[in-house]
Amino acid sequence: MALLESTRSLGRAGLFTLSVLRASRPSADLFRELVREIYKIGARSLPIIAVGGAFVGLSVTLLGYRALDTYGASNQVSAMLGLGLYRELGPVLTALLFIGRAGSSIAAELGLMRATDQITALGLMAIDPVGKAVAPRFWAAVLSVPLLTGFFCSFAITASYFEAVHVIGIDAGIFWQVLQDSVDFIDDFLMALLKSAVFGAIAALVAAYVGYHAEPTIEGTSVATTRAVVNASLLVLMFNFVMSALLFR
Amino acid sequence: MNPEPPIVRLTNVRLDRGANTVLRDISLEVPRGRIVAVLGPSGSGKSTLLAALTGELVPVSGTVEVLGQRVPQRSRELLELRKGIGMLLQGNGLLTDLTAGDNVALPLRAHTTLPEVLIRRLVEMKLHAVGLRGAVDAFPRELSGGMARRVALARALALDPPLMLYDEPLSGLDPIASGVIMSLIRRLNDTLGLTSIVVTHHVHETLPIADEVVVIANAGVVFAGSPDALQASTDPLVRQFLRGEPDGPIPFDASVRAEAA
Repeated sequence: MALLESTRSLGRAGLFTLSVLRASRPSADLFRELVREIYKIGARSLPIIAVGGAFVGLSVTLLGYRALDTYGASNQVSAMLGLGLYRELGPVLTALLFIGRAGSSIAAELGLMRATDQITALGLMAIDPVGKAVAPRFWAAVLSVPLLTGFFCSFAITASYFEAVHVIGIDAGIFWQVLQDSVDFIDDFLMALLKSAVFGAIAALVAAYVGYHAEPTIEGTSVATTRAVVNASLLVLMFNFVMSALLFR
Repeated sequence: MNPEPPIVRLTNVRLDRGANTVLRDISLEVPRGRIVAVLGPSGSGKSTLLAALTGELVPVSGTVEVLGQRVPQRSRELLELRKGIGMLLQGNGLLTDLTAGDNVALPLRAHTTLPEVLIRRLVEMKLHAVGLRGAVDAFPRELSGGMARRVALARALALDPPLMLYDEPLSGLDPIASGVIMSLIRRLNDTLGLTSIVVTHHVHETLPIADEVVVIANAGVVFAGSPDALQASTDPLVRQFLRGEPDGPIPFDASVRAEAA
């Protein structure tokens, strides 16, 4: 019975995804909404991404220095930072921070739109609610998360540079050279952006799906918000493993 | 001479919500240009009836015809039909992140290729028609309940639909705002040549503007006729509803009501 319900739920989510893609015809209205959503869920997420990135950079540098110093390889700390950031930490942690900041708000907004008849009103005006309310949020997430990942990694590397060079005492030239040698533009940097776009799509779809189908009550909205954060976070972690196994040599 | 066909026709319609039958064997015709008030106690199925007219709810049996065609089930045709129906929802359904003007412009931008200048002009005209021309840049949260209801009314009228549906247009409004909304419904119906179906349980505010009245109770139509005939009715069920008596043929308890249905 539980298996049947899970399969049914998966099928509904698949149909919802198709309806979002079908409703994404380029138009002036979609573009206008998209710009607004990129500002709301992308630009406004920047402060937490910056702070999160900086502290992750500091932690990884400290960890790397302690581990590598044992073997007299503390100069290689930026290689560990670069690979760790672009391959795993950057896309995953950005996506998790994005889910907490923007995924929850997507679910809450759509849940409240359902509870206050806004979604019903769109349908009654012959306007596709998925096209109007979901598609712009979905594409905004797909575009924003890779950009936010770029910012996350930049802030992490900047913070790491200050710690490694000015606190630990690693030579600045070696720090940058090792980082540049260890990170490949296509295999690491572009793959990080690809992963981030997939994570953005997962975050937005899960949040929009649970918000859009929330019970039209205050409690329903709150349940949808929690479910969006939990389900999207777990899916991101699962997809991260699968993509890492497939993409990285 | 052939009389004009009705704008809404229901024939032997049965409507279910889940496992419950809400309305059964409903037959009804709404002639063009009239205001028909659908009255009934809360939970009697008035909003369910509107859901059948807009295609949100598919009847289990019987046929629902609106604007001369059977209400389609395919989403594309249903969206086309809905362009000819304006609906004022009980909760207004105004998009809270858009101004009053942008809310009214929403259906115009979605369904027409009019230039922006003309859309702005039309929006001002629609808001002027409901007495809110100055509220074009106000957000829904900045409006009173009555004003928000009038903005929603202006939005419902944006595409000049021939049929207007009002779902509890007076709920949550004070007597003055109620009077304004009711006189607007009458005036707009007459000046724009609309047909209006007003679903409400506010009997005394609605009867003065209605041309015809339908009373729904116990899962069926218990009265259909003029407001005067309603007032003169000796049917105990109608009398109980009009006088607001707790005891009578309409059970007060919702569960009993569902069983009676």
